Amino acid sequence: MSFRIASSPHNHSQQHTCVLMQKVILACLPGIACQVYFFGYGVLLQLVLAILTAWASEALVLRLRQKPVLPRLKDHSAMLTAVLLAVSIPAFAPWWVIVLGTAFAIIIVKQLYGGLGHNLFNPAMAAYVFLLVSFPQQMTSWLPPLTLQAQQQQWLDPVCAVFTDFSCAGYSLTQLKTDIDGMTMATPLDTIKTDLSTGKTLTESLQQPVFDSFGGLGWNYINLAFLLGGLWLWQQKVIQWRIPVAVLGTLGLCSLLGYLIDPDLHASPLFHLLSGGTMLAAFFIATDPVSASTTLRGRLYYGALIGLLIYLIRSFGGFPDAVAFAVMLANLAVPLIDYYSRPRTYGHKPKGSF
Amino acid sequence: MLVALIAIGCLALIFGAILGYAALRFKVEADPLVDQIDDILPQTQCGQCGYPGCRPYAEAIANGDAINKCPPGGEAAIKKLADLMGVAATPLDGAQTPAVKRVAYIREDECIGCTKCIQACPVDAIVGASKLMHTVLIDECTGCDLCVEPCPVNCIDMVPLPGTVERWKWNLEAIPVRVVESNLANSNVVESN
Amino acid sequence: MQSLFQQIKAGQLWDFHGGIHPPARKQQTSQKPIGRLSLPDRLYVPLRQHIGVPGSLLVAVGQQVLKGQPLTLADNAMAVPVHAPTSGTVLAIEPHIAPHPSALPELCVVIAPDGLEQWRERQPLNLAECDRLSLLQRIQDAGIAGMGGAGFPTHLKTGAANGVDYLIINAVECEPYISADDVLMQEFATTIVKGIDILCELSGPKAVLIGIEDDKPGAIAAMQAACSQREQYLVKTVPAKYPSGGEKQLIQLLTSKEVPAGRRPLDIGIVMQNVGTVFAIAQAVLEDMPLISRIVTVVGDSLTQPQNVLALIGTPVGYLLDACGFSPEPAQRIIMGGPMMGFTLPSVSVPVVKTSNCILAPSQAELPSANNEMDCIRCGACAEVCPAVLLPQQLLWYSKAKDLDKLKEYHLADCIECGACAYVCPSEIPLVHYYRVAKAEIREQSRDELKAEQAKARFEARNERLEQDKQQRAARNQALALQRQQLMAEQHKGREIEQAQQRVDATAEPVQELSKEQIIALREQKKAEARAYQAQKTAQQSTADTVEVVEAPQVADAPEVAGNSVSSEAVATATAPETAADPRAAAVAAAIARAKAKKAQTESVEVPVAAPPVTAALVTTEPVLDTRAAAVAAAIARAKAKKAQAEPAAVAVAATNPAPAPEANATDAAAVSDNDREAVKRQALAAAIARAQAKRQQANTEAAMDAHAALSDERPATAPDIVAGPLATANTAAVNAITAAEDHIPAVDPRKAAIAAAIARAKAKQQLSATDPKDQA
Repeated sequence: MSFRIASSPHNHSQQHTCVLMQKVILACLPGIACQVYFFGYGVLLQLVLAILTAWASEALVLRLRQKPVLPRLKDHSAMLTAVLLAVSIPAFAPWWVIVLGTAFAIIIVKQLYGGLGHNLFNPAMAAYVFLLVSFPQQMTSWLPPLTLQAQQQQWLDPVCAVFTDFSCAGYSLTQLKTDIDGMTMATPLDTIKTDLSTGKTLTESLQQPVFDSFGGLGWNYINLAFLLGGLWLWQQKVIQWRIPVAVLGTLGLCSLLGYLIDPDLHASPLFHLLSGGTMLAAFFIATDPVSASTTLRGRLYYGALIGLLIYLIRSFGGFPDAVAFAVMLANLAVPLIDYYSRPRTYGHKPKGSF
Repeated sequence: MLVALIAIGCLALIFGAILGYAALRFKVEADPLVDQIDDILPQTQCGQCGYPGCRPYAEAIANGDAINKCPPGGEAAIKKLADLMGVAATPLDGAQTPAVKRVAYIREDECIGCTKCIQACPVDAIVGASKLMHTVLIDECTGCDLCVEPCPVNCIDMVPLPGTVERWKWNLEAIPVRVVESNLANSNVVESN
Repeated sequence: MQSLFQQIKAGQLWDFHGGIHPPARKQQTSQKPIGRLSLPDRLYVPLRQHIGVPGSLLVAVGQQVLKGQPLTLADNAMAVPVHAPTSGTVLAIEPHIAPHPSALPELCVVIAPDGLEQWRERQPLNLAECDRLSLLQRIQDAGIAGMGGAGFPTHLKTGAANGVDYLIINAVECEPYISADDVLMQEFATTIVKGIDILCELSGPKAVLIGIEDDKPGAIAAMQAACSQREQYLVKTVPAKYPSGGEKQLIQLLTSKEVPAGRRPLDIGIVMQNVGTVFAIAQAVLEDMPLISRIVTVVGDSLTQPQNVLALIGTPVGYLLDACGFSPEPAQRIIMGGPMMGFTLPSVSVPVVKTSNCILAPSQAELPSANNEMDCIRCGACAEVCPAVLLPQQLLWYSKAKDLDKLKEYHLADCIECGACAYVCPSEIPLVHYYRVAKAEIREQSRDELKAEQAKARFEARNERLEQDKQQRAARNQALALQRQQLMAEQHKGREIEQAQQRVDATAEPVQELSKEQIIALREQKKAEARAYQAQKTAQQSTADTVEVVEAPQVADAPEVAGNSVSSEAVATATAPETAADPRAAAVAAAIARAKAKKAQTESVEVPVAAPPVTAALVTTEPVLDTRAAAVAAAIARAKAKKAQAEPAAVAVAATNPAPAPEANATDAAAVSDNDREAVKRQALAAAIARAQAKRQQANTEAAMDAHAALSDERPATAPDIVAGPLATANTAAVNAITAAEDHIPAVDPRKAAIAAAIARAKAKQQLSATDPKDQA
């Protein structure tokens, strides 16, 4: 009999990377379900397209890099990227948008930087920014929730829209976005931005049909669903509380400040927290370990930076939602944050980091 | 026009003077380059670089010689030299550096006591007297090989430094796993390879 | 605000950063009594089982040893002796695979137990009577080193800890599986408390804090009961968390203090002892029982009867495993120590040592090992559990890149290698392994740096020495050159005489065109002179011969004698031109000289003994070499004298010595005889000069002797220079090299010495027996 030589520790917590990724994907499910409920099953179509593209591109690059393909695919990191990107783009966006975006995320943002663990940016968000800048029209073609759509969505409409750019009845996306009164409808955040820029007050803007009693119609529930998933992740110890709390806390604080100064010009904290991709960003995107800060203190700074940037871009920037930009800018700051937020090692004197 | 030229000229003079003063006043006393290079070199004094010792090579590097001529220093030294000199790290010139540290060992039965190795040793790591056996002080030997060539009877070998528990570098793969027969009756442990 | 002491008294606990909660699995052994084993066949007692140096051996192969008899002597403060665990015979003292992760062999005493368990004489100490020093001595003599794992010599730790604030007894035992300390406390709580008494006697702490994890209720109860009489002994129950048993972590837990980096707990007034060590101290002092056994937890799913056993130091691990029903699975791991910090063994013949607290034989299902390493995803789980508050992922990054400077910047040295980071790593990266490799690399680097520094110093010292030698040589050469210049100047005077003589010759020139009668008369005269000289010469020759024979044993004087004979000859010839200034006389003198030259030629061929004079004469014709030649002659003489003392066959040497000379001299002489009269005349003149020089020579020889003495004084003077260098060891070599050169010194001139040495070396190379170097000289 021969003995095996190994280095200590000879014990492991059995918390593996692939399990973590799986749990994150699972935690996305309530949010996805909500999206399907409000926007139709086009979301699922995008999901399938994204996952298939992610697998294909990951396998391709791994082959080219002469790395084992299957073990890496099994870590589910590519799938997670695909899922996060798919839930961020409009359900009726043309198929090539998601395919291009996912391929960009996996090949350029992730693998070209060295693969899992080496990418500087969050792949999903970098791809989202890439798509938003390259194809602004397709990327902002969010349909209003099903209940507000003028045309009753047909069973095959999502398929037709995704693959042909037109619904089965032959309506274009712009036509689909138009409501009964002939008004083009946008996402709640977009609506507020447009209205405020045309001189309307917030109160007036909130009278529009895309708004619910709290937040934007549909979006509020989607955000709540992502919050639920996020809390489960926290409970499962997949993510730590620091980044989500810092993101949401800063965003809430900033918006509260604005709201207190002038409620007519600044949306309420509740609206900010439950609109757009806030919860998705706070629990699923900012917590991406690879591109986030690694020190405990640094994570608070990182989250706070994201929250602040989301608020600033939403309120004063050119884009209605700001999650992707905020996360990417914060990603850029991570090495700096990490360097200056090193903890005081046991037995060492605290030193002025800054 | 003229006024402007004069003004600019004066300004240039003033700033030049300030800069010059600052350069003198706040001069940082750095180690001379040669010393810095010499500190990086492994001080084996082996002469494999083609210079008679580390310091001459350091001077040569300072004067623009290649940084990749030091086998005892290996890649680590080249990297540091590249950083210091601001040049690209190039792979080691010539023969591969032996992976393991070596020291000279004199087969004492064969030594005739000619003192040639003693004269060759750059760090006085060989003791002995004429017509008497010589021996190498392992702790002082830098493994430079310089004593091997002069030996008229070829009684000097470069042997790998014996491994000790203190110097062990956790290469677990290198541990020979012995096949062991365990006998429950009397716990007689038999080892075989 | 309460003081720290009050807070501790009040039962307050603090917390340390991070930590993990791996499944403890202590129940399977902690509830069982300690197993006692029969004696194994062989005991392998490593000479070094602690941090420090091994003691010197006291036993020899084949010797009978008694139980508790010391096998090594602690002749050094860092040494701790080892003892025979039982009585028996020393079978061998040989390297045996050591209980170390490297599994490198270390020197062990192999003992075959005789089964008698015969004790050596035991002398328990009375605590009330003995003083601090004798207690410490007893602790050292009993071979006690920290039993918690590090194995630091206890007498040093205790000896340094006088008047500390807190004595902490580490009974935390936070590693999963291990329950050795637990059962020890359950069974021997009173002995442990006695051990604490001894330590208090030595250290005098304000309070004794006994830290026990809360998953050991039995041990806590036993210790509390045993400590009930002592007020300042506080049993502190700490929550089970790995690695609360780490020295620094436990200090932080119990006192909120941090040990500054690179310092010892002692520096903040704390000393910590493992509970097993305390027990050993009690046994050593109160029963005079050295550390020859310890409690070892033998556990794991590959065993049918996991339990704690009392194992003799030196027992092979395989014996313990078999005693506990070992049934290995394929690719079985045998771990010495716990699952978090233990190391795998390549063989079961590894002996138990003082620091071995556990032998673990887990099944793969029980302790799944991390072997599917993936890329780090920077999740930071490691940073969250690190008890030293490091950034393990950064350290991993720099370890892989071998960026040792960055590793130091990120405080790799503060890593306690607890393994918490690797335990939680979702990518199953063996982080600790990377750190260990990097740490070994850093150690190696600092060793290399130190060595490079030393090498540089040695190299520079050597260069300095060589430079000094060179300068000394140059100075000597300069002095010699100066001497030569003076000689040259004198020689120049001689040449002036010569020139004057030539002028005289020039005036004598017409003499040669004399009348026939005159010439005939001259011839007659010459013949007469020649006859007279012949007679004189033979007479002289006979005396010279007798002198030579007589002087043979003291050949040292021979050259001088020879020189004298030459000078006497020269007197004979040279007086002629001086006294008889007329041309005729000059002609006669020339004739005589010619004849003499012929004579000398024949004689030098026929009688080799007569050669030395010729050589001497020749030498004198080369005035430049004069002093040196004189010195050479002196040296040869000296060497010969030495030789003569050593060898009775001195005459033979004397005979062989001039042997090569006649050939060269003969040709020289021939050349001389072929010269015309003028030349002969000059020769004669030279002989005259030689006479003058011969006089001087005597003085010079003395001077040369003095100079030589000074020279040989100078030589050893270089030795202290070397001594001044850091190379005390090389001194002997250098000194010997010098003496070696001295052996070859016949040629006094340093250059000649070098040449002689070189020739000698060449000869040595040919592996000829080293012969008389004068042959070459």
